[in-house]
Amino acid sequence: MDTLYITKKPMTVMRIPIETFRLENGLSVTLSEDHTAPIVAVNLWYHVGSANERPGRTGFAHLFEHMLFQGSEHVGANEHFELVQRAGGTLNGSTWLDRTNYFETVPSNQLAIALWLEADRMGALLPAMTQQKLDTQRDVVSNERRWSVDNQPYGTWWEKLPALTYPDPHPFHHSLIGSFEDLNAASLEDIAHFFATYYTPDNAVLTIAGDFDAREAHQLVESYFAAIPRGNGKPPLPDMSLPTTFGGTLRETVEDDVSLPRLYLGFRSPAFGSRGYYAASVAGAILGMRKGSRLQRSLVREREVATDATAFTFDLPKGADILVVDVTARPGITPERLEHEVVMEIERMRLGGVTQGEVDRAIALIGTDFMASMQQASERADQLSRFATYFGDPSLINEQMTRYQAVTAEQVSQFAATHLGEDNRAFLMYIPCDDEDKTAPGYAVATDAAPVVA
Amino acid sequence: MTVSTRPQPGPAREYHFPKFDRRQLANGLTVLVAPTHSLPVVTVLAIVDAGAVAEPAGQEGVAELTARSLNEGTPKYDGETLTDYLEQLGTSVGGAANWDSASLAMTVLRDNLDNAFAHFAEVLVVPTFPVAAIERLKGERIAELMQIESEPRELADEKFDEYIYDPTSRFRLPLGGTTDTVNQLTHDEVKAFHASRYQPSATTLIVVGDVDVETVERMIAGTLAAWSGAAAPVVHANDKPVRTSRAVRIVRKDDAPQSEVRIGHVGVSRTHPDYFSITVMNAVMGGLFSSRINLNLREAHGYTYGASSAFDWRREAGPFVVGTAVASDVTVPAIQETLREIDRMRTEPISESELSLATSYLKGVFPIRYETTAAIAAALATLTIYDLPGDWYDSYRARMSAVTVNDVLEAACKHVHPESLQIVIVGDANAIREPLEALAFGPVDVVSP
Repeated sequence: MDTLYITKKPMTVMRIPIETFRLENGLSVTLSEDHTAPIVAVNLWYHVGSANERPGRTGFAHLFEHMLFQGSEHVGANEHFELVQRAGGTLNGSTWLDRTNYFETVPSNQLAIALWLEADRMGALLPAMTQQKLDTQRDVVSNERRWSVDNQPYGTWWEKLPALTYPDPHPFHHSLIGSFEDLNAASLEDIAHFFATYYTPDNAVLTIAGDFDAREAHQLVESYFAAIPRGNGKPPLPDMSLPTTFGGTLRETVEDDVSLPRLYLGFRSPAFGSRGYYAASVAGAILGMRKGSRLQRSLVREREVATDATAFTFDLPKGADILVVDVTARPGITPERLEHEVVMEIERMRLGGVTQGEVDRAIALIGTDFMASMQQASERADQLSRFATYFGDPSLINEQMTRYQAVTAEQVSQFAATHLGEDNRAFLMYIPCDDEDKTAPGYAVATDAAPVVA
Repeated sequence: MTVSTRPQPGPAREYHFPKFDRRQLANGLTVLVAPTHSLPVVTVLAIVDAGAVAEPAGQEGVAELTARSLNEGTPKYDGETLTDYLEQLGTSVGGAANWDSASLAMTVLRDNLDNAFAHFAEVLVVPTFPVAAIERLKGERIAELMQIESEPRELADEKFDEYIYDPTSRFRLPLGGTTDTVNQLTHDEVKAFHASRYQPSATTLIVVGDVDVETVERMIAGTLAAWSGAAAPVVHANDKPVRTSRAVRIVRKDDAPQSEVRIGHVGVSRTHPDYFSITVMNAVMGGLFSSRINLNLREAHGYTYGASSAFDWRREAGPFVVGTAVASDVTVPAIQETLREIDRMRTEPISESELSLATSYLKGVFPIRYETTAAIAAALATLTIYDLPGDWYDSYRARMSAVTVNDVLEAACKHVHPESLQIVIVGDANAIREPLEALAFGPVDVVSP
C-alpha cells in the first residue's frame, strides 16, 4: 500500500460580525448580522441551571423551563408554540447544569413577535401560572424522565456520571431531570420564587443572529425589554472549585436492562474555556472522534472488542469539566475485558503521549465541524449566547479555532500524563442484568482477557 | 411593564431555493451543482439507486453492508490509510443505505476539496471490500440488532413494520437486515451488489457549497467521467399490507415503566399527487407541537412527553404511524384519545385557523431547513430519488398555499383508514393486556422481542 502525505495549508479564517450593548436593567444583547437567507435566530440564555436548585427540589430548573411555555400575561397556554409556528418558525428550550436557554428561528420579517414573546415571559410570567398547569407539566416531565432515562438502555448514565464525579454537595452532583419525589414537591410558590430570583434581565443574555437591521433590532429590544426591572441579585453558588484530579479511582457498576456492556470512563479535566481546556478537548478527539481516532482504530477496527467508541467533554466552565470516554462492547466481550482494553489505550496515551499528526487530525476535524455548524443562524446565536453568559464576551466565538490551532502535541501529552492516571478515573460500567427469559450473550461468553499494560 | 400589543410582521423578504446546474455526462452520470458562497464549506453527496428495495431475496441487509463497506479500501490504499488521510483533511467519507437509495457523503473545507474528492471518487467506484472488513461490519450490525432488542423506541418501530406488511414485502424486515440474513451475507454478494447497482447511469453526484460548476467539471473530468458500466433496472418494492382488519400486538417488556405505542397502517407513496394535502393534514393531526394529538395527549392529559404522527415517505408506500410513550396505566386511555383524534380528521373539516397554522408553518420553515450545504444537498437528493421536477422547491410554497380545508378532509378520508389500524405496543404485557382486550379494538397477541 502507498503512503499518503498531506501538505498543510493554513485553515481559512472566519469572523462572525458582533455588536453588543446592554440595557439599563442589565440585559446583555449581542447582534450578529448575516443576510444570506431571510431568517433570524433569537436566543436567550438565563444563567441558571440545576446547579442552582435548593435541596429537595432536584429537577426544578427543568420543570420551570416547561412552565415558560405555559403562557404569560399576554400569551395563552401553549400559545407561545403556536405563535412561533404560525410565524413560520422553529423553537424550543433546554436546561443544563448551569444554564437554561430558549430559542426561536423565524422568517426575518417575524423578528418582532419572537422578541415580544420572550419579553412577555421574562417580564410577566406569573399572572399565567396555575396549579393545574403545574400539575400537567409535572406529569409531562415525569414522562420525559421515564422516556429519556428510565426506559432507555444506559439512560441513567447522565445522572450517574455527574453524581460519581462531582462530590456531594457540589452543585453539579445532583440529578438534572430530578426525582419523582422532588418533582411532586414543587409548588407555585417555588415557581414565583425561582422566577423572581433567576429570570431577571440582569441574569440573561439575548442574542439575535441572521437577517435583520441592527438599528431596528436595537429599537425592538429597547421597546420590549427595557421596562422589565432588574433583579435583586441571586444567591451565590457554593464554591465550585475542585482539585485537579479525583485523587483516586472512582467506580460504579450498574446492572441494567441492556444487551451489551458499556463503559463510561470519566476524567476530571480543566473547565471549559480555560487555558487547559483546549488540550483536553483535543485529547478527547484523538481518543474518540471518528474512525481514525485511537479507540475506534484500535478497539473497534483492529482488536474488534468494541462496537463503538466516542469521547466528549461536558463543557462546564466552572470548577472542573469532565472528559468522558464511552465504549460499548462487542457481543462476547466481558465487561472485564472491555475495561482492560480501554485502560490499555488510556495508559498508552498517558505514558507515550500523542504525535503532532494526531493533533493535526483532531484540529482539522474540529475545524470543519465548527465551520459547517456556523452555517446555521441558530447555532451562531447559541454559541454567541454561550460565550456571553459564561465569560461576558461573545467575541470569544471568533477565538475558538485560533485557540485550538495553538494546541501542541506536547500540551496534549502533558494533559494525558497529568489527567489520565489511576488517580483520576471514574468507571461507570453498565452490565446486562441476569434475566431469565432474556439471554444476554454479551455477558455469557467469557473470553480470556489480555494482560493489562500499566 | 410588558407591552400588551402583539407586533405584526412586516413584508417578507423574498427567498429562493439555491439555483443549481444539472447535467448528464456521456456515461450516464447525473451531476447537480449548487454554488452557495456564504462560508468556505462544500458538501459532496453521491446518490445511487442501490437501496434496500433492490436487494436480491435472502440477502436482506446487503445494501447497507455494501454502503458501510465502501470506505474500507481502494486498490491504492487500505481503509485505515484512507481514513487517516481524509481525517487529516478534516473530513470523512461515509456510506449509508436507505430504502430507495444508497449514499456516499462528505463535508469538507473548500481548500481541501480537490484532495479529498479524488479519494471520494475511488471509494465510490472501485472499493475493494476486504473480507476482514466485511466480517467486522457484519458483527457490528448484529450487535446493533442486539442493542435494539433492549431499546424500546427502535424496537417498537421495527416491530410495527414487521407487523403491518405482507410477508413477501421487503419493508417487513429492518433496513439493515436481520441477524439471520446478515450472518449469511458473503463478501461475493457485497461485490456483486456493488457491481450491479453502483453504476454511473444509476448515480447522481451532488455538490453544494463554495464551488462553481467549472471546478466540479474539472474534478470529475479525471475521475467519475471515465466511469463506465450499465446499471441493473430499478426495483419496485411490494408495499401490500398483511391484513386490512384491526389488530393489536404487545411486545413483552416486563416491568417497563412506559408503553411505547405505535398506531397506524401502510401509508402512501412519496410520488402520490396528494403529497401536499397529506402533509398539511398530517401537520394538523400530529405533525406539529401544536397538533391535535400532541396537545391532547401531552398538554390536556399529561399522558406523555410527546406524541406525533408521520408518513414515512418512500418510493413505494411506507408506514403511516402515530407514536407516543405513556405510562402503563394510561395506555388504553391514551390509545382511545388517539383514535378519537384520527377519526375526527375524517368526520369534520379542520378550522381555517388550523389550516393556516399548518401551511404558514410549512412555508415559513422552508428557508430555515436549507441553511447548510448538507441540508441543500439532501434536498437535491430527494429530487433525484423520487424523480421530482427541477422546479419542485421553487413551486413548493405556492403549492402548499393552495391546499384547502376540503383538500385536507379529502386527504384524511382517502389516506387514513381507522378500520384498518394496527397497534403495536412494547410494554409490560401483564399490566396492559387485559385493558387492551377490554377495549375490543381487535384481536390481541403477545410476543417476545
